[in-house]
Amino acid sequence: MIGTGKIKQYANVLDKPLGKGKQEVSLSAFAFLFSELVQYNQTQVDNISELETRLEDAGYAVGARVLELLCHRDKGNRRETRLLGILSFVHSTVWKVLFGKVADSLEKGTEHEDEYMISEKELLVNRFISIPKDMGTFHCGAFVAGIVKGVLENAGFPAVVTAHFVPVEGQQRPRTTILIKFAEEVLRREARLG
Amino acid sequence: MAAIYSLYIINKSGGLIFYKGRMDTNDSLRVASLWHSMHAISQQLSPTTGCSGIELLEADTFDLHCFQSLTGTKFFVVCEPGTQHMEALLKVVYELYTDYVLKNPFYEMEMPIRCELFDINLTQAVQKDRVALLGR
Repeated sequence: MIGTGKIKQYANVLDKPLGKGKQEVSLSAFAFLFSELVQYNQTQVDNISELETRLEDAGYAVGARVLELLCHRDKGNRRETRLLGILSFVHSTVWKVLFGKVADSLEKGTEHEDEYMISEKELLVNRFISIPKDMGTFHCGAFVAGIVKGVLENAGFPAVVTAHFVPVEGQQRPRTTILIKFAEEVLRREARLG
Repeated sequence: MAAIYSLYIINKSGGLIFYKGRMDTNDSLRVASLWHSMHAISQQLSPTTGCSGIELLEADTFDLHCFQSLTGTKFFVVCEPGTQHMEALLKVVYELYTDYVLKNPFYEMEMPIRCELFDINLTQAVQKDRVALLGR
C-alpha cells in the first residue's frame, strides 16, 4: 500500500488485518499453470474419469479455503443456512472473487427437486482449451465443479457437482453447465426449515 | 478484396504443423521444408552479419511474407501481389498461436496443430481484416 505515513507494525502476525490482496492476476499466468496441472494429472491416470476426479479434488481444496476466506472477509462471519442463500453466495460472491464476474445464470432443475444448475457461456479456465475429439465428454470445468463442491460441502450442504457441455443452436461453442445435485439430508432439512 | 492463398506454420525443425489452403497434403509438406531450407541458407548467404532470414519474397503472381518468432517457429503467408498489412496479420496469427495452441494442455510441442479454438479465431481474424482466405 502506498502511503505517506508510517506503516503500523504489528507485534503478532495474527493481529494484522486480512487485506483485500491484489484483485487481479495475469490470465496468461493462470492459463499456463492450469494447463500444466492438467498435463501433470494426465500422466498420472489411466483414463478420463480418473482425470476428471483428480481435477475435482484439486478444485475441492480451493473451494474449502475460498469459503473460509470469503465468510470472514465479505460476509462478516455470518453462516448461510438456507439452500437459496448458499446458492446465490456461490453464484455471485464466489464467482466474482474467482473469475471477476457473476455467473451467467442460476436455474432450478425441472426434472428433479434436488438439482440446480449454474451456467456460463464459457468458463474462464476453459478459455484457451480445445478438447480433442477422442477425449469425448471430458470437461476441464471439473476443476470448477470441484470448487463449487468444496464450498457447498464445507458449508454443510453435501452435493454431487459435475460440469457438462450443453450444445446451443446458433452457436459454435457449447455452453457450460455446472450441475449440482444435493444430498437427501439437505432437502429434508430445507423442508423442515419451511 | 485482397486475397490470401495460403498460410503455413512450421516448427523449429522445418516440419509443417499448420496449413490452411487448397494444396495437397504431401505438396504442402514439401513446400514447407523447402522454405525452411531456403530461409536457413539465406541467413548464410547474407553479406551482412546478423541476418534473420527472408522476410518477403515478391514474384509475378504472388507475394510471400515470413515471420520468424524468437523460438524459431516460422509463420508464412502466400498472398496476392501488393497485399497490405501482411506483417500485422502474421503477428496476430502468432498471438493466436500463443493463446490457443500453447495454453492448450492437450497440445504436444512441435506436433501438428489440432485445436478447434485456434481454427475458429484464425478464421475470424482473417475475415476481420477484410481479406479472403482463398485457395489456389
